[in-house]
Amino acid sequence: MAGRVGICAVAQTEFVRENTRQRFQGMALDVLESLLGQTGLDFSENGGIDTVASVSDDVFDARTISDNAMTDVLGAHYRCEEKVAQEGAQAVYYGTAAILSGHTDVVLVLGHCKESQSADRNMVTHHCFDPFYTRPVGYDYQVAAAIQARAYAAKSYVTDSHLADIVVRARKNGLLNPLTAGELTAVTKEEVLESPCLADPIRGLHAYPVTDGAVGLILASEERARKLTDTPVWITGTGNCFDSFFLGDRDPAGNFALSKAASRAYRRAGVENPVDSLDLFEITDQYAYQQPMWAEGLGLCDEGAGGAWLDSGGPEKSKVNLSGGMLAGCPLILAGLARTAEAARQLKGEANGRQVEGAKKALAHGVMGPAGQFHSVIILERD
Amino acid sequence: MKPRKNRNVGIIGVGQTVYSSHREDVNQPEMIHEAVIAALADAGLENEDIDCVVHGNMELFEMVHQPDCWHVLGSGAYGKEALRVTTGGTTGTTLACAADNLVASGLHDIVLAVGFEKLQEGHTTGGITNMADPLWGRQLQTGALTGATAQDVIDEFGEKRAKDAAIKYRILMDQHAMINEKAHRRFGLEFDAADELAATSPPLVGELRLIHMCSQSDGACAVIFASEDKVKELGARAAWVKDHITVHREETFTLYGKDKRNTTMRYAARKLYERNGIEDPRKEIDMFEMYDPSAWWGLDWIRDFLLLEGDEHLKMVENGDIAMDGSFPINPSGGVISTNPIGATALIRVAEAANQVRGVAGGHQLVKELNQVLASGFGGTFWTVLLLLTKDPPGPS
Repeated sequence: MAGRVGICAVAQTEFVRENTRQRFQGMALDVLESLLGQTGLDFSENGGIDTVASVSDDVFDARTISDNAMTDVLGAHYRCEEKVAQEGAQAVYYGTAAILSGHTDVVLVLGHCKESQSADRNMVTHHCFDPFYTRPVGYDYQVAAAIQARAYAAKSYVTDSHLADIVVRARKNGLLNPLTAGELTAVTKEEVLESPCLADPIRGLHAYPVTDGAVGLILASEERARKLTDTPVWITGTGNCFDSFFLGDRDPAGNFALSKAASRAYRRAGVENPVDSLDLFEITDQYAYQQPMWAEGLGLCDEGAGGAWLDSGGPEKSKVNLSGGMLAGCPLILAGLARTAEAARQLKGEANGRQVEGAKKALAHGVMGPAGQFHSVIILERD
Repeated sequence: MKPRKNRNVGIIGVGQTVYSSHREDVNQPEMIHEAVIAALADAGLENEDIDCVVHGNMELFEMVHQPDCWHVLGSGAYGKEALRVTTGGTTGTTLACAADNLVASGLHDIVLAVGFEKLQEGHTTGGITNMADPLWGRQLQTGALTGATAQDVIDEFGEKRAKDAAIKYRILMDQHAMINEKAHRRFGLEFDAADELAATSPPLVGELRLIHMCSQSDGACAVIFASEDKVKELGARAAWVKDHITVHREETFTLYGKDKRNTTMRYAARKLYERNGIEDPRKEIDMFEMYDPSAWWGLDWIRDFLLLEGDEHLKMVENGDIAMDGSFPINPSGGVISTNPIGATALIRVAEAANQVRGVAGGHQLVKELNQVLASGFGGTFWTVLLLLTKDPPGPS
């Protein structure tokens, strides 16, 4: 890439099942105040925050132009605010591009979502499907994921027992992470294996819990980042990719989009062998089967070897989702942004209780659309 | 401070669909595809030449969640990088700024921006009303319909002069739309019917009447942005993105009191002109594609965008300065009043301004020399985005 962009500060609310204490603006304000406090920044014309890349969703928020609701919070008094209406990792991608373009020096990225506001999050994702062919047969992200889970399990020898182990580990890790521990409970393998199916073969405990929360970052050009923090984390590579829309047009067990997204990010960051050169991975696993599947796409193991990778302790060896990942709770549209924030905390040495000693390079991953139609990959490094 | 840019970015292709109140002949991806293939043909490119697709609209108008997923079928984003940015009415200009940033950053050489809306598939005023806070503002909001600006202009300049200027602005825009074959509403209004029109058009809110207000359209617009190296390699005819600025305001309009004179339009224009060394915008800018949602707003905002005082803006309309053959042409395309597929509308301003500079605007091409032109977007709670386009590539920053 043309230069390096630094993450100067990270802030996040606790991720909870239902935040009845605050409106979403209140959650975002907590994050903003933390970021301003950490960096000493404000919204002044010279030297302040130039640009805001907000992340929210019109349908989850039930508001047209959902960023409009955030302008009072985001310092939009005669300042630039742009809403990235995708999964939050894309705001990091856009903030990085805006800084590398030379147009801006300091970008605030701030996303929020209260999944608890909708009666059913599947009702929201149902509306991603076209109204002619796929919506009338009842598709939502969960149904699409179930079709993918079935196809993937057969291809890569991933069993119900494997999936239960993934959930048990995610809950265990999530309980060590103060940002997710509050409302999380430990589960046993038996409990996972006996939990009722949501959409066969996806069981209730295989799915990420409904989550409310907000998360934010301050991004800055290399020169500004060095002044704003002693522990900048550099974004050295980004990559993303779309697959086609209809599941019938895709290989549901394949990783077309993710492997392309990852190879773009690796190329830009100069990563040749991700397993050897990256110290930890934060992967967006909305459902348990996705952890080995995306691990294949990222090149952590060979294609079709997801089951064997789990058997050989792959997640522990490669330090995948020590935070608990998405299975410990994270709003759908903030997944990649929260993963980026977690990877940055690790590289700053601020991941208390789950810190990887000496970690220098990390990968954060985000997913959008039905059954992983779109993936984003971000490579982060510290000095 | 001069504008800074890692590398120059040129607009080399524009595609616009047929605009209509009912595009029942196509679904959303098909409509987008219509704009995309037109833009590719204009730039002399194939789909495989595009590195990244930037997409935008407002989800609650058509009630499709993350519509870029389905629209891959029409946008051609399969296998490519992509970004979706949405900021209400300003979306189209936000798309242009994002595409410019993505190319200037060096991440991509060629980026396609696509804005669309199928307003027929939803309820426009209901959708816009839904932007207001459910506890504090929604009971009061009437979509984008407001009579406040009409009342302000009437209070300041008297009822007759204000109303005459608003209707003259409206008729001028219709006359421009009449020579733009893409424009949605083309009424054939004549100046000798102005008095009757002003009196008989149904009132919406106060003195904002139906004839003053923009249309509800279906349509899509696609614009291709390329790095300077690519522009040269392709030998493409380009309009260069010299600079852009985005200025938002808070949701609570009156949080800082009512400051009529420091609108986002004036603030954005002042800052943009300052950093680009523009002292007299009327002389140094050769034409302006303005996001004019109603004749009253168009009329009123000329003053702010051009940093004018007093009644200069009224005189510009009264004297016909803003007409095709005037000294400062505004909206040769017919503007937003004629064509308004909201997620595309602001991108159409950029596309039309770029086509004027490239000399490919067709029937509504201005004959005068165009070295530097302006395009604006309007949205949200009085947000402004401005883009400055030039005929020659900007010098090193």
